[in-house]
Amino acid sequence: MAALKGLITKGSLQKLVFSNVRKEFKTRIFARCSHFTYVPDTPKANHGETTRMNLFQSINSAMDNALEQDPTAVLFGEDVAFGGVFRCSIGLKDKYGKDRVFNTPLSEQGIVAFGIGLAVVGATAIAEIQFADYIFPAYDQIVNEAAKFRYRTGNLFDCGKLTIRAPCGAVGHGAMYHSQSVEAQFAHTAGLKVVIPRGPIQAKGLLLSCIWDENPCIFLEPKILYRSAIEEVPIHKYTIPLSQAEVILEGKDVTLVGYGTQVHVLREVANMAQERLNVSCEVIDLRTILPYDFETIANSVVKTGRLVISHEAPVTMGFATEIATAVQEECFLNLEAPIQRVCGYDIPFPHVFEPFCLPDKYRVFEAVKKVINF
Amino acid sequence: MNRLLSRKAFKAFFKLHEACCLTSTQYFLKPPRVLVNKAQYISEDRPEFPGSKSEFVHKLKFLWPEKMEGIPVYRVMNRKGEIVDPSEDPGLSKETVIKMYKDMTMLNTMDRILYESQRQGRISFYMTNFGEEGTHIGSAAALNPKDLIFGQYREAGVLMWRGFTLDQFMNQCYGSSEDLGKGRQMPVHYGSKDLHFVTISSPLATQMPQASGAAYGFKRAQNGLCVVCYFGEGAASEGDAHAALNFAATLECPVIFFCRNNGYAISTPTRDQYRGDGIASRGFGYGMVTARVDGNDIFAVYKVTKAAREICIQENRPVLIEAMTYRIGHHSTSDDSSAYRSVDEVSHWNKEDTPIARLRLYMINKGWWNDDAEKEWKRDSKKKVMEAFANAEGRKKPNPEMMFTDVYKEIPKHIQKQMDQMKQHVHAYKDHYPLDSYQKMG
Ligand SMILES: Cc1ncc(C[n+]2csc(CCOP(=O)(O)OP(=O)(O)O)c2C)c(N)n1
Ligand SMILES: [Mg+2]
Repeated sequence: MAALKGLITKGSLQKLVFSNVRKEFKTRIFARCSHFTYVPDTPKANHGETTRMNLFQSINSAMDNALEQDPTAVLFGEDVAFGGVFRCSIGLKDKYGKDRVFNTPLSEQGIVAFGIGLAVVGATAIAEIQFADYIFPAYDQIVNEAAKFRYRTGNLFDCGKLTIRAPCGAVGHGAMYHSQSVEAQFAHTAGLKVVIPRGPIQAKGLLLSCIWDENPCIFLEPKILYRSAIEEVPIHKYTIPLSQAEVILEGKDVTLVGYGTQVHVLREVANMAQERLNVSCEVIDLRTILPYDFETIANSVVKTGRLVISHEAPVTMGFATEIATAVQEECFLNLEAPIQRVCGYDIPFPHVFEPFCLPDKYRVFEAVKKVINF
Repeated sequence: MNRLLSRKAFKAFFKLHEACCLTSTQYFLKPPRVLVNKAQYISEDRPEFPGSKSEFVHKLKFLWPEKMEGIPVYRVMNRKGEIVDPSEDPGLSKETVIKMYKDMTMLNTMDRILYESQRQGRISFYMTNFGEEGTHIGSAAALNPKDLIFGQYREAGVLMWRGFTLDQFMNQCYGSSEDLGKGRQMPVHYGSKDLHFVTISSPLATQMPQASGAAYGFKRAQNGLCVVCYFGEGAASEGDAHAALNFAATLECPVIFFCRNNGYAISTPTRDQYRGDGIASRGFGYGMVTARVDGNDIFAVYKVTKAAREICIQENRPVLIEAMTYRIGHHSTSDDSSAYRSVDEVSHWNKEDTPIARLRLYMINKGWWNDDAEKEWKRDSKKKVMEAFANAEGRKKPNPEMMFTDVYKEIPKHIQKQMDQMKQHVHAYKDHYPLDSYQKMG
């Protein structure tokens, strides 16, 4: 490392360089502050022994369990062998061998199609796409192949043992190609399951469900949580059922629905609403986007009469649109106010404007005020 | 007859192999052009399939890639800065060579400072070009400044050669109000219409088939220009890379595909990326004129690019160049390469073979450069970089309304409404948004 450090951080240069700048300018230090407060979950008592893990460690732990239990299971993608750019596969090549945990050439369509092939012959395939933003070269393989394999072959063949993992969402500085939330793009495709966890405990249980589910699954990991979200996570395997939303905070006045990082924003909004408006919010984590759990949402809306849905992805044709439509179809007479969508704007995700374009707690709070005051 | 034929066919099989062993002066590998005179093939003894024209053989013979010799690496100047074969000396003027050197070292200085500034949290991200300066400056110098560039992201030197200013680099990295890209993309996603450099896009290899299309447009416009597409050996694995090369060859596009083979794609070594003879070996498969060059030899890069440009323009066909080099820096500020390669490996390249050290030796041998000149230039270049850096850091970021423009040519009603809502909201909650760092909203 010394040589490299010497090359890059020559001390003298650094001093010369920055002492001047510091004097002359009020520095605008680039802020990595996040736009939410993370509230850890507590593990279920019956899941046994736990240890402190962040999100990438809990995903690592899930894949460790999957590789251990199933000798057909393999894990692959770009830079996976050395641990992956987000460290999710760290140590697994050494533990399970390079024929089970390996690098692929740099081709997303290749990675997904390779995974489909493995799954067709009965192997458990865990494919990593380095960023959800880069899943699109594989769009054809996912939408036309993986999603339709079982259907078009009359159930002679299927690729249900394929799970595609990809980091998604805003991270403070990712701009348009390291920030996208792509769930809606895949939620429009019958045959896929799409899952997004809100933290380490959820991630492990949901990922193991995806890996063992008999349908191709897309598991989107909010990358801002990889290091920042830390919980006591059970070390042994356990699953959390797919297609079941979870009420993470009970309330009676307004229902707030989200998933992934946005759940934490909603939790904060619920606190703000309680403190500042004396309004009680029920917060629902959707967890599985497709096929989604409509009943949990509907039951809540029947109770509260007000619904705010929020996600980072652009509002037009975002998943909030689907939920809002279904709720007005089924619960029209229960509604006390128009359903609100607080989502990303209909623009590519911009670099320096991130603080202005996120559906942050103040924007969601405004929506809560709106449905209350309607 | 049988024996004769198979001997002939055997020879044909190894034509490629032979072509690979040409002397360094004949550094382009030209695939044989398929004969079009059909009459020649109306014979029992010759294949007439539309997809291939060669010869029949009557003994099964596989082609084993490992039995072929590697494609040679064209080199003009050795590591001591000496011209190996004087007839290959590009004979560049002192002025040009010094500009080459100054641009390479300026790029190096800028990289150090921006890398460091990211470490200090002043910019969000950075990618250095350490070790690859020769591929940038050597190729850029050989082009017509109006040839259109489609880059990957590690080609800042090409822009520097063309005159992208330090202020422009810094403004992009800071996403300041002066950034030509309006603060929308991550650092190092430069672009300049004036300098004929299409703005960088993060998704890999997407620019490659676009380059083929642009070149086809140039051909039809008969503007005497070519298109140059830079890409990494990792990106070459994408499906788009295949489409790009195949389109360029079949549609006869005047485009140079310039591969920077620097040994790694993030952590992935070439061993995990491909099993052929690098990227150059693919050129023949596509029917493309191809050459491999020592990317750390700026003169060889210059000469090969210049000659490739001639072929592109004169013959309206694409050329593939594979420049062999080494990525001395980490992949980016998000990467720590000590996790996948040894410090010794990196320091070996840094000590033994960098394009900058090689050209410096050449200049010293020529009596064009000395320690004093080096010291003075180092001081000057640092000062210039620091000034530009300080200026960019002092600038505000663009007006947040700018995130809604350019989505479409015109602003559609629904986006206009969202812009208005954003302004209203931010106004109502102004204490919670970093408005001070941005230009005022209208
Ligand atoms: C489609 C796509 N997939 C993955 C990535 C993530 N990524 C960015 S750079 C990189 C490695 C590229 O390596 P190479 O082409 O050799 O260029 P180098 O970095 O060595 O200059 C990867 C995998 C991306 N930007 N785009
Ligand atoms: Mg590379």
